[in-house]
Order: sequence, then structure tokens, then C-alpha cells
Amino acid sequence: MFQHDIDSLNAIREGVRSLCASFDSAYWREVDEKRGFPDEFVKSLTEAGWLAAMIPEEYGGSGLGLSEASVILEEVNRCGGNSGTVHGQMYNMFTLLRHGSEEQKQRFLPKIAAGELRLQSMGVTEPTTGTDTTKIKTTAVRKGDKYVINGQKVWISRIQHSDLMILLARTTPLAEVTRKSEGMSIFLVDLEHAMANGMTVQPIANMVNHETNELFFDNLEIPAECLIGEEGKGFRYILDGLNAERTLIAAECIGDGRWFIEKASNYAREREVFGRPIGKNQGIQFPIAQAHIDIEAADLMRWRACHEYDNGLKAGASANMAKYLAAEASWKAANVCMQTHGGFGFACEYDVERKFRETRLYQVAPISTNLILSYVAEHLLELPRSF
Amino acid sequence: MKILVTVKRVIDYNVKVRVKADNSDVDLANVKMALNPFCEIAVEEAIRLKEAGVASEVIVVSIGPKAVQEQLRTALALGADRAIQIDTEAMPEPLNVAKLLAKVVEAEQPGLVILGKQSIDSDNNQTGQMLAALTGRPQGTFASAVKVEGTLDTGKAIVTREVDGGLKTLSLDLPAIVTTDLRLNEPRYAKLPDIMKAKKKPLEVKTPADLGVELKSHIQLLKVEAPAARQAGIKVDSVDALVDKLKNEAKVI
Repeated sequence: MFQHDIDSLNAIREGVRSLCASFDSAYWREVDEKRGFPDEFVKSLTEAGWLAAMIPEEYGGSGLGLSEASVILEEVNRCGGNSGTVHGQMYNMFTLLRHGSEEQKQRFLPKIAAGELRLQSMGVTEPTTGTDTTKIKTTAVRKGDKYVINGQKVWISRIQHSDLMILLARTTPLAEVTRKSEGMSIFLVDLEHAMANGMTVQPIANMVNHETNELFFDNLEIPAECLIGEEGKGFRYILDGLNAERTLIAAECIGDGRWFIEKASNYAREREVFGRPIGKNQGIQFPIAQAHIDIEAADLMRWRACHEYDNGLKAGASANMAKYLAAEASWKAANVCMQTHGGFGFACEYDVERKFRETRLYQVAPISTNLILSYVAEHLLELPRSF
Repeated sequence: MKILVTVKRVIDYNVKVRVKADNSDVDLANVKMALNPFCEIAVEEAIRLKEAGVASEVIVVSIGPKAVQEQLRTALALGADRAIQIDTEAMPEPLNVAKLLAKVVEAEQPGLVILGKQSIDSDNNQTGQMLAALTGRPQGTFASAVKVEGTLDTGKAIVTREVDGGLKTLSLDLPAIVTTDLRLNEPRYAKLPDIMKAKKKPLEVKTPADLGVELKSHIQLLKVEAPAARQAGIKVDSVDALVDKLKNEAKVI
């Protein structure tokens, strides 16, 4: 078993909870109604140092690992908020920490830790390739001390609330590499510079008030020192970051699940119909109990993934399975919560419908559950590749 | 000059309290514990006095098993400088707590001791008063405002108290004892870097024997019962019916 009910993690839970107490459900409801962005919340979270959790102490952060980062995001969702507005900085940070050069770290990390720069965006997905990432068409061509970027990206989140983006582009054409996963590189892009020099941002209106965008690159020139790590190895770097991302999303789902279960239980205890609380009916209480069991089980896999990642072990399998289990469990909990509330679940003031929409996203993004199943079948069970 | 603040680990105020099946006490198994809210206010007040330049050091002290270190670390994260745990598995009653604290006061000689007016678990509201008696220091209880005039060793503490029907302001010669009411301040939340720093701040562990105090029990807990479930109310259709029921059924008028 992995020790996770320990003072140091509990202190983080308490800290995040007390901050979140200043941003109640009315706050999140208003942000959602206005289709706005929770600027005040993000500002408070940044100022209290939570978004610099993984930055090493020598660069002004707290030097914590994925376990701690996952608790931070879990608690935001557990308290009724939406970590989707801030989690980019957590998983992008690992990419920069593990693969960035000392010079890049010196240049960016202290400013990110101080809240002067935001690293909230990652540009990987493209409209014509989806999860078939090695087929991406966005290219970066070296020209002297610059790279010239051309292409298109989609579902790139928090661009309007970030200063930096980690961008994946092909630096060697697919036809010229021996393995399709080679020849791609990642770049740390200054968004303000990019928007003034050939990158166009097209926001996508969507179901969950998530700030996400289409990006178009038309001969965007960026300095060659934006390259992270070695040219051609970007895909491998990205995969490493994706395992962190999946584990973090699993933790967010667990936070959501606990919120739904508490909300459903409270309502089932208090709501009286036919002269008794509805929670007295097994038809009401059993689904809540099942959802709780699923969340707790998913949480165990999440801790396995955190433990492996933080100890430098291969975390791919656990990270993917944790994301699958947690996303399924939070969705089940959301559904149960909605059903328990009956018609009131659809009323915005109960927050259930908002959280229901928010948690539904995690069955689709950042990776669809089907692709996790394909991964498990192919890579863990050695079944023939299905696509 | 130092300020000593006491903190107690209590059941979290959000938790629905359950009584043990044998009615021997409140069930604390797997229950979330937290810093007593009045103690949190006491910590905040001490830190504000330090930030205002009145105090040079804030020391937090708690009595209990190793688990209380969690609450001490919380206080350190909020800004206290060092912590003392008085290690005991017993749940000492107020007089014992006051005697232990009196020894700490004797050793540390703080200009001000700030305590919560009571803990939300046992609600005794005695420790601060007893500590004042044992140390011979003046006390200002239920403080809703605290101001220090002059220095912490020779000056005065101006304490506003919430009393029935209004506010009462006292001038206490320092060193003194203050207990906090709910409206004294709004405690801050700990920032992550401060939580990290708190891990490295000194935490000293002492036993009642180290302090030369023998814990003696004067109170025996006989039984704990959950409050009776509230009966359902009724609606009456007129004022006359209400008066009739109050007079003849409830017999309150």
C-alpha cells in the first residue's frame, strides 16, 4: 500500500480547502452563467503558491511531486470548483522540468513560480489526426537561428489565459523517419509573440465553459532556443507528460466523485417524500453506495500511478488505468447524484448539472476511454492492435 | 517579546458528531480532526501582533498525542515561529491543562498568552481563566479586539470583551492572558510555501513529567448522549388556535 493519509498530504488538502472556501458554489455558478473565466480564483491559487508546487525550491517553487499536485487538483474539484481552468500548468511543468535545459529552467521557472508567467497550454491535437498523433501535419522547419511553424491545432486549452505553450510539431517529415514516433519536437512558445507573428486563435464555444481554441500557424517564426530537449524526440517527451496529465485528471475525477456522493447523500438524507427521507429507499441508497465504492477503488489506482511516477518507475499502465477508472466512476457518481436530486438536479442553483457537464468531459478528454482500452489490450495484454 | 498561543486538536466542525454505541464518549475513529476554530483565531491574532512589530516571536503549544503535531504544523504554516508538544495520551481536563501551560509560561515568560475562549469539543471555557489564576496574571476573556500599548513586557493590553448587552473594554497590565471570541479576526489560509517552511520549523516535545506536573483527574465522564431527535412541528390555521395551543397544550403562557 502507498501511504497517502499522511500529515504532509493532509496539510495540502487543508490548505487548498481553506482557499477554496472563499470561492463557493455561487462563485462557480456565476462564472459558468457568464461563460467567464475564474480569474480571481486562479489569482488566489497562484498567489498562495499552489500552481508552483512542482517547481524545485531553487527556482522559487515548493519542489513537490505528482502525488501532491494531484491532491491540489482533487481538492479544488472536491470543493465544487473546476481544476480544468488551471491543471495545464501542473502537467506542462513536468515536461519542462524533465526535459528543459538548465538555461530554460533558469529563464522561466522563477517567473512561473512568482506568478509572472503562466504555462497553461499544450498544443498537440490536430483536426485531421486526432489521437493518431504521429501523423500531425504541423511542421517546424529550421531556418538559421529560427524555426518556422506552419499548420493547425485544435482543442488547445487556456490559450487566452496563458503566456506560454508547449507545442508539438514535425521537424522531420514522416516519410524520412525510420520510426513514426521520431522526427517530432516540442517547443516552448511565447504566446504573445506568436499571436503578433502568425498564430491565429479561434475560440471554440462548448458545453462546459472550458476555454479551448483552434490555432492556425502561418509562417510563425520562433527562436531556435525555444526547442525543448533534443530535436526529433518530442513525442517521447510528450508521452511522459501525458502520464502525469492522466494521473492528475484521475485525481480531479476522484474529487468530483466525492463531491457528487456527498451532495447526493446529503440530499437523500434530507429530502422527504411520502413522509420519509428518500435515502431510506434502497433504490436510492444502493446506487450512491456503489458509486462511492467505485470512486474509492479508482483512488487506489490513482495512488499507484502517483507512486510509480514520483519514483521514476514506468507509470504508463497505472496512469491510463487510473484515468479510465476515475473517469468512469465520477461519471457514474454524477449520474447517481442527478437521479437522486430528481428534477432539482437540473436546476442550476443545485450545481449538479454544472458539475455533471464538467466531469463528463473526462471520458473524452484528454484521452477517450476507448483509446485507453485499446492501449491496455495492445500493450498490456498483447492482443492484436485494433486500428 | 514573545507571545504564547495554545492550540487544541478537535473534531472538525464540519463533521457530524457520533456518539459511541456504549455512550462512553464521542466516536473519534476515522473522524476528520482539525484545529479548534477559537485557537485558529488566537494564532491569527498573535501573528498579526508579530507583523505589527509588537511581538518578536510566536510560540504555539499543544497538549496531546503525536497527532497534535499536525495542528502544530498548521499553526507554524500560518506564521508561528516554533512549537511545543506536551506529549500525553490522556485527555487532560482544564485544570491539568492550565497547570501544564503555567509551567510553559514560567519557562518561556511570554508577554501575552492568547488562548481560544473554549474548545468546540468539550466546551469547558475554563483553561484561560485557570491559567490566569495559576500564573497570577490579569485576564481578558472573550476578546473581540486586542490592542497592545507600549511593549509586551511593561505595556498594557487593551481588550474589548463581548458581554451581554454590549462591549466592555479593559486595560490589562502586561504580561497578561487573553482568550479569543469568534469575531476577533478572520484567520488567513496557509500558503503552500509556508506549509513547506513549517516542516522545518522547530517542534519540541516535552512530557508532563518533564514539566513536573502530575496529571490528576477530578472529573469523571459518566456518559455521552446524542441530542434527542427534533419532533416534527405542526401548522395552526389561526392566531386563536396558536394561543390556545400555547396556553392549554404547551402551557407556556
